Amino acid sequence: MTKNSFIFAFTVTIALLTGCASQNSHVLAGGSQVELRSIQTRSFDSNDRTKMLRSIVATTQDLGFIVDKADSDLGTVTATKLSGYQIRMTITVRPKGDSQLLVRANATYNLQAIEDPQPYQDFFNSLSKAVFLTAHNVD
Amino acid sequence: MKNFTLLCVIIAGLVGCTPTIPKDAFKLSPTSLEDRQLQSRKFDTLDRKVLLASGAAVLQDMGYALDESNATLGILTASKKADATDGAQIAGAVVVALLGGGAMPVDKEQKIRISLVVNENLSDSESSIARISFQRIVWNTQGQISRVETLKEPDLYQGFFEKLSKSAFLEAHLI
Repeated sequence: MTKNSFIFAFTVTIALLTGCASQNSHVLAGGSQVELRSIQTRSFDSNDRTKMLRSIVATTQDLGFIVDKADSDLGTVTATKLSGYQIRMTITVRPKGDSQLLVRANATYNLQAIEDPQPYQDFFNSLSKAVFLTAHNVD
Repeated sequence: MKNFTLLCVIIAGLVGCTPTIPKDAFKLSPTSLEDRQLQSRKFDTLDRKVLLASGAAVLQDMGYALDESNATLGILTASKKADATDGAQIAGAVVVALLGGGAMPVDKEQKIRISLVVNENLSDSESSIARISFQRIVWNTQGQISRVETLKEPDLYQGFFEKLSKSAFLEAHLI
């Protein structure tokens, strides 16, 4: 290995290390708002918000979460799963028109916000089974 | 030199910014139905607020403090800190120290979280369902988190429902 390739490897490593975000950058961190909202949100054909919140609580319990906070007026539930790792998730329910509900979930895995669509897809699949309703994608 | 390059790659990999989420984290596990049966009991009452209040009293009996409660949704979440020292673990640490392995951290304290959710019984309009779950966070003697887990021992659930049953003056039925 030449001296040049050594310097190259060293530079790349340092660049990768500094590539990780600084402390303050996490305060307002987040992906594209439009894209994130679309992967984190589904609509359901129901207008019973309390029942939906109850089903959400039941689903989180089925998935091994414990509810940290719940507000039935605002329609929010925050829950944590501990299973060798920690997942913390907030779910909000708000009306969309007269006959639909919008359910949005956002979760963090240990220290990292989950921005991958698959975990949310899995969550809404589990929720669909609990409410006997289909989760529709929202544009 | 080659080893150094490899080391650089490993370090870069370790500090990588995107950890992967376990694939089954948001999927219902094959045992989720059994877990639900283990964690739930049926009570012959429709007064779910009284059942919830009885649950709060049981939690107070056991030294828990309430973190969250919502009567509309029928939720109580409580926690307590407790000792987590384990004789076998300390014995192991002593052996390691004697063999010259230095001071090994052992479990020191734990936070136990419990949630009680009371809901209508969808298959019977005369009764209500109470479901509980337990979680634990353990810290070691160096103040680091050594374990985070969900407790699944059937005795714990059985024991809680026996207490709830006495407190609410109602019989707890298996679902």
